[in-house]
Amino acid sequence: MQQSKIVEISNVSFGYDPAVPVLREVSLDIPRGSVVGIMGQSGCGKTTLLRIIAAAYLPTRGTARVLGTSTRELDRDALYAMRRKMGMLFQFGALFTDMSVYENVAFPLREHAMLPEDLINDLVMMKLHAVGLRGAAYLMPTELSGGMARRVALARSIALDPQLILYDEPFTGLDPISFGVIVRLIRSLNDSLGATSIIVTHDVQEALGVVDYVYFMAAGRVIAQGRPDAIRASEEPFVNQFVNGRRDGPVPFHYPAPAYDADLELAAA
Amino acid sequence: MTPTSNWRQPEMRVADLRARLERLGGTVTFQIWRLGFASRFLGYLLLHSGTALRRFRLTVAEIYFAGVLSLVIILVSGLFVGMVLALQGYETLQRYGSSEALGILVALSLVRELGPVVAGLLFASRAGSAITAEIGLMKATEQLSAMEMMAVDPIARVVAPRFWGGVISMPLLAALFSAMGIFGGYLVGVELIGVDAGAFWSQMQAAVDVRNDILNGVIKSLVFGVAVAWIAVFEGYDAPPTAEGVSRATTRTVVTSSLAILALDFILTALMFTGGNGK
Repeated sequence: MQQSKIVEISNVSFGYDPAVPVLREVSLDIPRGSVVGIMGQSGCGKTTLLRIIAAAYLPTRGTARVLGTSTRELDRDALYAMRRKMGMLFQFGALFTDMSVYENVAFPLREHAMLPEDLINDLVMMKLHAVGLRGAAYLMPTELSGGMARRVALARSIALDPQLILYDEPFTGLDPISFGVIVRLIRSLNDSLGATSIIVTHDVQEALGVVDYVYFMAAGRVIAQGRPDAIRASEEPFVNQFVNGRRDGPVPFHYPAPAYDADLELAAA
Repeated sequence: MTPTSNWRQPEMRVADLRARLERLGGTVTFQIWRLGFASRFLGYLLLHSGTALRRFRLTVAEIYFAGVLSLVIILVSGLFVGMVLALQGYETLQRYGSSEALGILVALSLVRELGPVVAGLLFASRAGSAITAEIGLMKATEQLSAMEMMAVDPIARVVAPRFWGGVISMPLLAALFSAMGIFGGYLVGVELIGVDAGAFWSQMQAAVDVRNDILNGVIKSLVFGVAVAWIAVFEGYDAPPTAEGVSRATTRTVVTSSLAILALDFILTALMFTGGNGK
């Protein structure tokens, strides 16, 4: 693994509402060529962090350097130039429902590269072959299962051979077979494209099998990091609760609430 | 007494009143803010219309969806409106012995008012609502974010073609509506009631002025087209990304567009057809 950093997040804080910070002083590095997982509970800020990396949001404080430039210094053209080197897989694929599978994969090629039609055809077929769906090229997105849609979206996000692939909850709602397919694809595409992948997920057990390195987040901070084995063996109470899926622990089962008696109006009786 | 009787104490009433006033003020400032946002949105859209005009194929596809697919409702409605105009117009005109003027009445009503206004209302409910729902759903299913992440500006690629498709379709639809209405008026007035065909057409030809009537009608329909397309794309783009949000945005498009058409029609009519332009 090369040691140059493709993403460097230093002391980043961010809040949609300045009074409610979502990220607090987050620092992390993503080495080129690796598959890195960012894990944590829903609402811990991991998707927000992904959006900071994608430069959809700018940090309130701190800097995010992605592909060598600080996202704060990008104007619209530079931002779009950077995003051409990135691919992003959305939670439910976000395929364009008015286009066929073929046209979905061809979309970034048509928008960004002035290529002759037969070359586009070859590229689309290669990408679809890589995810095993060449035979589904002329189906519409509504005719696909959830797992297939996710794979088509993956083919689309690698259409321009990105250096950095971002996955937003890629495992949500998949059956075990589709799930295994996606896990293997993430690894094989990363290695064959020579790309770097960042996976944001709360499916910890599954994701630990595919990643090289893990950042664990809670309440807007990175609370643990390490290789998957170290995370599995972690004694940190939160990580331990999370990895093992225990009901109670540092994260209480109950959302903060007034006393149970009061809500049932037992006191008034 | 129940604890709720506290509500009626004077200081509670003041607080209650203040809360209501704050809500009212909040609504007003929010609406003004939203209008400003919509204007900036339109400005951005116009600045980034290059793609829609350069790759005109994209806009042609939207002209098909907004315009061609609205043809049936526009043509059928036009026919019926023209037929009713002829029936009602004949009823009144024949009392004064001027039933040959039926052609003028039908043509002027349609070209000046009913064509642009009714076609605009139908366009808003048929095409405007569809545009809002489509853009809103694309937003709710993250298709617009996905485009943004592929370094494609969704306003240039998705919104602008729909806007221009609507703007181009609307005057054409209004013209077809008027033409169909005049044909409907002819069917009822001449074929059914028996008004003289020569009088019907020649009086119409003599009385309808290209600049004062037809051009003004086209200008009206163009203005309505801009208004409806603007409202439709903005509501879609601004819709909260939920099922309820999209459904509300769709309703708002139809309501706001209809009111905008009627209000703009009053203003445009006041500017165009008053002040003794000889008619």
